[in-house]
Amino acid sequence: MIGAGLTIVGLLLVLSLAAAVLPNGPKTPVLVYGASTALCSGLAAIGFSALAASADPVGLILPIGLPWLGAHFRIDGLSAFFLLLLGIGGAAASLYAIGYGRHEHEPHRTLPFYPGFLGAMAVVILSDDAFTFLLSWEVMSLLSWALVLTHHRAEDTRQAGYLYLVMAGFGTMVLLLAFGLMAGSGGSYDFAAIRETGRNEMLAAAVLMLMLLGAGSKAGLMPMHVWLPVAHPAAPSHVSALMSGVMTKVAIYGFVRVVFDLLGPLPWWASPVVIVAGALTAVIGILFAINDGDGKRVLAWSTIENVGIIFAGLGLAVAFRANAMPGLAALAMTAALIHAMNHMLFKSLLFMVAGAVLNATGRRDLDALGGLIHRMPVTAALALVGVTAISALPPLNGFVSEWLMFQSVLQSPQLAQPGLQFLVPAAGGVLALTAALAATAFVRFFGVIFLGRARSDPAAAASEVDRWSLGAMAGLAALCILAGVLPGLLIDFVGPAVEIASGDRLVSQASNAWFTLVPLPQIDSSYSGFLVMAFVAIVGGGAAWTVHRIASRGVRRGPAWDCGFPNADPITQYGAGSFAQPIRRSFGPVVAARETVFMPPPGDPSAARHAASTTDLAWRHLYTPLIALVGALATRANSLQFLTIRRYLSLVFGTLILLLVGLATWN
Amino acid sequence: MPDLAFDIAHMLAGSLVLVSFMMIYQDRLSALLNTFALQALLLAAAVGWQAYIQGASHLYASAGIALVFKAIIVPWALHKMIQRLGIHREVETVVGVVPTMLAGMGLVALSILLMLQLTETAESALAREDLAFSLSVILLGMLMMVTRRNAVSQVVGFMSLENGLILATTGAQGMPFVVEISVAFSVLIAMIVIGVFLFRIRERFDSVDTEAIEHFRGEKRS
Amino acid sequence: MELIGNLLLQGVQMFLVLVLAPGLTGLVRKAKARLTRRRGASVLQPYRDLWRLMQKEVILADNASWLFRVSPYMIVAATWVAASLVPTFAIGLEFSWTADFIAIVALLGSARFFLALAGMDVGTSFGGIGSSREMMIGAFAEPAMLLVVFTVSLVAGSTQLSNVVAFMQSDAVGVRVSLAMALVALVIVALAENARIPVDNPATHLELTMVHEAMVLEYSGRHLAMIELAASLKLLLYVALIGAIFLPFGIGPAGTGFAGLAAGLVFFLVKLVGGGLLLAVLETSVAKMRVFRVAEFLGAALMLGLLGTLLLFVSRSL
Repeated sequence: MIGAGLTIVGLLLVLSLAAAVLPNGPKTPVLVYGASTALCSGLAAIGFSALAASADPVGLILPIGLPWLGAHFRIDGLSAFFLLLLGIGGAAASLYAIGYGRHEHEPHRTLPFYPGFLGAMAVVILSDDAFTFLLSWEVMSLLSWALVLTHHRAEDTRQAGYLYLVMAGFGTMVLLLAFGLMAGSGGSYDFAAIRETGRNEMLAAAVLMLMLLGAGSKAGLMPMHVWLPVAHPAAPSHVSALMSGVMTKVAIYGFVRVVFDLLGPLPWWASPVVIVAGALTAVIGILFAINDGDGKRVLAWSTIENVGIIFAGLGLAVAFRANAMPGLAALAMTAALIHAMNHMLFKSLLFMVAGAVLNATGRRDLDALGGLIHRMPVTAALALVGVTAISALPPLNGFVSEWLMFQSVLQSPQLAQPGLQFLVPAAGGVLALTAALAATAFVRFFGVIFLGRARSDPAAAASEVDRWSLGAMAGLAALCILAGVLPGLLIDFVGPAVEIASGDRLVSQASNAWFTLVPLPQIDSSYSGFLVMAFVAIVGGGAAWTVHRIASRGVRRGPAWDCGFPNADPITQYGAGSFAQPIRRSFGPVVAARETVFMPPPGDPSAARHAASTTDLAWRHLYTPLIALVGALATRANSLQFLTIRRYLSLVFGTLILLLVGLATWN
Repeated sequence: MPDLAFDIAHMLAGSLVLVSFMMIYQDRLSALLNTFALQALLLAAAVGWQAYIQGASHLYASAGIALVFKAIIVPWALHKMIQRLGIHREVETVVGVVPTMLAGMGLVALSILLMLQLTETAESALAREDLAFSLSVILLGMLMMVTRRNAVSQVVGFMSLENGLILATTGAQGMPFVVEISVAFSVLIAMIVIGVFLFRIRERFDSVDTEAIEHFRGEKRS
Repeated sequence: MELIGNLLLQGVQMFLVLVLAPGLTGLVRKAKARLTRRRGASVLQPYRDLWRLMQKEVILADNASWLFRVSPYMIVAATWVAASLVPTFAIGLEFSWTADFIAIVALLGSARFFLALAGMDVGTSFGGIGSSREMMIGAFAEPAMLLVVFTVSLVAGSTQLSNVVAFMQSDAVGVRVSLAMALVALVIVALAENARIPVDNPATHLELTMVHEAMVLEYSGRHLAMIELAASLKLLLYVALIGAIFLPFGIGPAGTGFAGLAAGLVFFLVKLVGGGLLLAVLETSVAKMRVFRVAEFLGAALMLGLLGTLLLFVSRSL
């Protein structure tokens, strides 16, 4: 199994090199993306079979890399689950790219890096020692940076690339520190040895904080999230789907592997940090999503929100584990992992939709779109599935993970620490607020893009996209529906991964009647997605059938009523900024919202102007002062460039004396 | 029925915290004064109930004082003062209502956490709970004083703070009567002083917005 | 035989809520009229309105899409399924475990989602106004409702409504201030979700005052009948919910006989009439709030829910 996985990774790297040397014909993208689809499906199959068989972990050591270490690889329940996630996401994105890639002007800027990116992510998941992990993490960051810079002629893309590189470097540095602390002095770097090493709770907590910073920066946790809303939208849409849907989950895999598998026992006071970070990230992220006017940036902020939800669930799992309640930790961990899978499914779908709209109209900003449900009916229907799923509405899959999260919040009275007993319901309230705000954000997203009337000529002249893109989106939509209707299967599937991370797994759901979910049999709270879907379909269909029998069937088309004052200009309908206005007014301080109105003086016939803007407070209060500090230090240090020869010599002399003194005192 | 007694005391003390929140929510001065009267009424009921279950007759007098002075006389006096001075009837807040309530929630959680930890060795569950709730009411009263620009609402915040203190002392059994009288008199004097102060402010500046005083301080703080 | 009897009972509940819903709306309107010294239309008028609407032809805007035509049935389906899962005259019905309290709240969220989308469909400014305000109200009301769910579930030990009602009927519940707070928060949320004064005015079509009416402005004929039916079902759901959780007297326990069911039905009708009259009194005694004051109003409900949960922990840890 592991051998097959590594072979596929090898093939992906070979494909990358081949794509660099292949000629620039129209067939090359099809070849590269087609091969990527097949290889990713292979990875998914490996993950699936490893989970289904619940086999024991299998390891492999290759004699490459550091001579005294080699390269360790292992596939166990946790890595199989994330391999499955990567495989599905990668296959869908590659299938989509077969159609989407035709519109790329410079395909040679994407093709050589794309399969390698997929391969690097797979190696991160499969790696079993710190060196391989960090090396593949860095390769993943570098290749995705190259992919972000595809449209390098735009100024903001270049800035996005620069910011991404800085944040990625910061993340890797912090991860290096974390692994160094874990291995200890003279300790070995392979995961098996790290797992065995005993360490005291303070050190474990310190490593957790470092992992929160390092993995969190790649996943998009606040306040290290600033690169996500600029970098994810700048990349081509299939790459955005991969970065948002899969790469953030690979970062979460890193966090789960280190904190839950390698670290050992953690103190209970580490969990409030994770829970608060997750909950705040979620609510602030979705508020920015509601206020943003660019379609892909809305999706990027929503990724930040969902990553926050996942981390809140992981924090709950830490709390339950620290209180020696593995069963409840399993519930929280199941909720978090299933949310990771669900988010990959619907976020990739939505980024593909955004890419399809971009292809068809050439516009990304929401206020230039509209009425696309008439021009792109299939895309609109699939987008509807995506937005319903991401808003956590039954009977789709988003609701399943939300429900499991709330069930685990409701178990908080069993925690021993009163601080946690207060914090967890408050965090639950924040998560509930986040879910309601997510529905708002996606009513806005779908409504402004697809409903209403077209606000610009490109939107009025759009046409449906190609079969490959539609096929990929349809596959993801079908998986969303399936995961919502058969949640018990998904829970049973993720069981081996949960067992590694929290020491226990939820009871098997396969034996429940009507595919019901009963996660904690002693509590007797249940939910059946299948039955809810069946009832809603039967009742809805029955109502339509009955009404069409007993009521009039007449339909007449006419102009819109609009209270008797219809306005033909599409600009008078609600747009992205106006839809967000009530939320902007209510939550203004959180997003530093400002509305400025320019009124011309009396007698001036020029138009009045209204502008609404939001500012990322993390950027204003954390990053700008930091950048200013770095600039100030650099300016001071600049004077070192203009010293005389005597000064340089004295610098060398001083350093030599210092080292000799150090040597003397140390000995 | 010890359970029912505990439940009713819990209900009354919890309602006191609830009414303190309601005071933060009000945006009109007359509604604020009526809410304060309600709080004093609930306090009288809580103290009276404590008197009944503890069998301490001097607490009946405390309940009576709370009822007569704080639920009837003081709100009536403040209503008259507002009418006579023609004070602006709207309560101006420093931050919005929602952030103030969020801060209030945090204060309630903090005081409950703190008090339950500090009184772990106490036997009477009722006393522990009363202390936790009364600290909440005290902190909410202080929050009101800090986040309101209008001097009358700051006075009301001060009075609700004092209500919290009374709840605390009834829960911890054995507070002698004389302390109660002195506390009540000190509050009355404070009210008189603040009332005189208000008259003077009103004469001088035609408003009781405390921000207006800032103009005349020595070092100007921008 | 047992199974058929149980299925029949569940079917009876479903049709009961459907049949009673317009009657409740008619009762509230009649009571409001009487309280404002008018005669008011008959209590059965909403039934006649629904029939009349269904006989009329539908006039669709030129650019209305398939979503506009499908939404009314989706909304009715989601609301009706949610309403059938709330215990009315008995608990432990055949499919009562299908969706718990959280899922019922989320089903109502689905209905609101599709209603808001339908409001955006025709591309008029009124639809947008209604949709954006409705989503803002929902953004506050849904978390407040979920905190009420938390409080009630923490008291009763489960989110399944049948279990909650059974617990509330037992002696273990006591007089709790957290439940009182949860009740007040639930009433506030119910007023907001059903578009009642002081949040929204269900009887007017002025731009300043409408939220729900703005979203359905373009609907006519049988579609409008479905939407009005869904709104009545929602009102019935909330009244039944408040009655089931906080006034669970008379609800038949699981597997009760015919006498128990009949008694449960009588108590349910009494609760409906009582709830309707109280709502009418409330609506005629307060004024409607400004739109942005609604956010603070619902924020207060959210804080109440959170406070109720916190106070619950206090009494538990003593």
